[in-house]
Amino acid sequence: MTDARTPERPTDWSSAAMQRRIRQRYGAEQRFRLLGLGAVFLSAAFLIFLLATMIAQGAGGFFETRVALPIDLRAANIDVAPARLAGARADLALAGAGLEGAVDSAANAAFPAQGGAALLSDGAWLTVRDAVKRDPSLLHRRATIDVPVATDIDVAAKGDGTPETEAIVRALQPRLSKGLNRSFFTGADATDPTRAGIWGALKGSLFTMLVTLGLAFPIGVLSALYLEEYAPRNRWTDLIEVSINNLAAVPSIIFGLLGLAVFLNTFHMPRSAAVVGGLTLALMTMPVIVIAGRNAIRGVPPSIRDAARGLGASPIQVVFHHVLPLAMPGILTGTIIGMARALGETAPLLMIGMRAFIAAPPDRLTDPATALPVQIFLWSDEVATGFVEKTSAAIIVLLFFLLAMNGIAIYLRNRFETRW
Amino acid sequence: MSSLALMFVIVALSLIGWITARARAHRFRAATTRRFSSLPQHHGWYVAMCTLLPPVIFLAIWHFTAPALVTEAVLKVPAAASLPPPGFDRAAVLSEARHLAEGSSYGAFHPLSEVLAPAYAAAQSRYDWIATAVALLLAFAGGALAFLRVRPAFSARTQVERVVMGLLLAASLIAILTTIGIVASLLFESARFFRIVPITDFLFGTHWSPQVIDNRDPGASLGAVPLFWGTFFIGAVIAMAVAIPLGLMSAIYLTQYARHTTRRWMKPLLEVLAGVPTVVYGYFAALTVAPAVRDLGVAIGFRWASSESALAAGVVMGVMIIPFVSSMADDSLTAVPNAMRDGSLAMGATPSETIRKVLVPAALPGVVGGVLLAVSRAIGETMIVVMAASGVATLTLNPFASTTTVTKQIVDLLTGEAEFDSAKTLAAFALGLTLFVITLLLNIIALIVVRRYREAYD
Repeated sequence: MTDARTPERPTDWSSAAMQRRIRQRYGAEQRFRLLGLGAVFLSAAFLIFLLATMIAQGAGGFFETRVALPIDLRAANIDVAPARLAGARADLALAGAGLEGAVDSAANAAFPAQGGAALLSDGAWLTVRDAVKRDPSLLHRRATIDVPVATDIDVAAKGDGTPETEAIVRALQPRLSKGLNRSFFTGADATDPTRAGIWGALKGSLFTMLVTLGLAFPIGVLSALYLEEYAPRNRWTDLIEVSINNLAAVPSIIFGLLGLAVFLNTFHMPRSAAVVGGLTLALMTMPVIVIAGRNAIRGVPPSIRDAARGLGASPIQVVFHHVLPLAMPGILTGTIIGMARALGETAPLLMIGMRAFIAAPPDRLTDPATALPVQIFLWSDEVATGFVEKTSAAIIVLLFFLLAMNGIAIYLRNRFETRW
Repeated sequence: MSSLALMFVIVALSLIGWITARARAHRFRAATTRRFSSLPQHHGWYVAMCTLLPPVIFLAIWHFTAPALVTEAVLKVPAAASLPPPGFDRAAVLSEARHLAEGSSYGAFHPLSEVLAPAYAAAQSRYDWIATAVALLLAFAGGALAFLRVRPAFSARTQVERVVMGLLLAASLIAILTTIGIVASLLFESARFFRIVPITDFLFGTHWSPQVIDNRDPGASLGAVPLFWGTFFIGAVIAMAVAIPLGLMSAIYLTQYARHTTRRWMKPLLEVLAGVPTVVYGYFAALTVAPAVRDLGVAIGFRWASSESALAAGVVMGVMIIPFVSSMADDSLTAVPNAMRDGSLAMGATPSETIRKVLVPAALPGVVGGVLLAVSRAIGETMIVVMAASGVATLTLNPFASTTTVTKQIVDLLTGEAEFDSAKTLAAFALGLTLFVITLLLNIIALIVVRRYREAYD
């Protein structure tokens, strides 16, 4: 409208100034794009670095170093009737007969320069015991048995020892061998890293997860059904929704405090038991299942409900015969993801006392137990160098389980989820 | 009868009820051609329900009242006259006697408890028998009455569905119950703490050393300001300095630049970072990152760089949060209407200019909401700081110095050997309450921010 202004000339894109400006803008574009790529790669690199570190450190934890121990049990005069070597009480019989002492003196005789019995793991005699159980004739002849070595020798044989232990390893080299550490998969916590195993913790985790699943899944699915299908829109429903959404965001350690104050101090449930851990984690997992369940239920199209209602189904029948089965894959996916989170959870379990040293796998839900992540935490605190590889090995096992669970969840989602 | 066997019998009874009622309903359905409102199985479920529920409810109530009744009976025994007056000592003797009676302990500290143990065992078994008899009677009565109602005209379905509805409602009330449980237990224990330590000392005191608490003035060594600062410094400053740029830029790259196939495998890969258990991050932080950070600190001139530095814990925590920030940013970037992006590109802006000047500002409320949620998650994170941060509370701005956090202190306070009612253990609940309130506030603010943003483009 202001005619006084001179008409603007069209931009001259070929001028040097404009060319420079375009180059700058394209340069900025390139830089921004690379920045984004860099961020993605940095994050991925961190993940890969973390996994690689764990695998590099933990791979050794699955193996043990053994030394060939010449042993003559005739000299030890172990007097156990052959019949008693077969039964369930064979372990007790052999322990009582002084097998441990016999193994120690055999080591003292075989490796006097390298420390004798101190060279062997605390559990070396158990290997001999199992060998004798398999082959009772060992009690009456000279034999050579591969037994696990003590933890410092084990660490040195894996290339991380002190000069003294490495000298011992060099001296023993022809007699050393490497094998799968079976006791790592069958044992429970121990003070000697060569005997420490994850079975106790794994069993504790299994019990805890059973309780969690048994409580969180039905309660979560039922409340998801109620909120999504039946709940009237009123203040109470809003209150339920708000509390579920809030619970999903409450830090896990707060659930631990709840478990401590309510289950242990008010209801006097047993300390450090799998059942209390399961209850606590169930309260934590339930909101996750409710939220996933509601999404899955919302994904079932209304036409299904209308069709069922049109055929005369009652509201309960509509939901339990039609909606729930169709929503199940989504619910299961959410449940598995929630359970995977609960499996990796440590802090609430520490609060309810599942951090004790427990040398026997639990047999009942109320037995003192520990869980796999807590075991990792406990081992990471140990000073003995042998525990470093055990910790990383336990982490590998934990990550394997989590990966398997998430893999199943993804498979379920891809295989069964219907896009309406 | 043991409670497990009793439950087994009751369940078996209800199963019998289910089968017989269903068979009966089948018979009268076969007799006529009339249409019924309920299927035979509804009659079955109705009878099973009436057999199962009354004894179960009775046993649940009994479980809480029986110990008091048993104790009452034991107190009537002549030997009980020499018990100490009601209070802690009496409770100790009685609990010892109970353990002896149950066979869960073999020795007793108080001689009196050994005298009372047989009385305990007798009362316990008498009341057990009463409970068993009543429970079985209820099961029979409930089942029989329900079975008599199984007639063609009876609408069992309505009854069964009413109970199922109640079950659904009860299940969703558990969420409220949990929330109440959390708030009540935190408030209750915190109230006890604030009776010992003035609330102002706790909230505004700058000296935290729970190892040595002066009983005349416990508040002097329980000032939580250093913890709040440490939590803020690690969770909201250092962790976010890592997570926001990396998370935001990853989201931008994956939504705007990456090809579809790249995005499809890159996004889950980043989400794996969120699935790694925190104890693994903690171990990694303590074993690998912390020594590296200390060496770095020494190299650039901090001679007292700690091996439990705030930086190590914060960086690892930031990495853990990356997928969280990135998925929130991803959602809000894709929610920006395409018209806005197309308009900007049509005006000749390069993609990066479009992102910086149009998309990110439009998505900003969502991104900010996501960051607030990420902060709330970071300050509630426990295992990384438990394993990598120090236990010494210091007010410092130096990222190479050691700092502690609220969650780390909660774990330290509650895993010591102190007795439960001391100021030390109660302090953990006060810290928990503070943490709960702060995360709640952050979540509410984040929700408000996100909700406002939604209104803008709908």
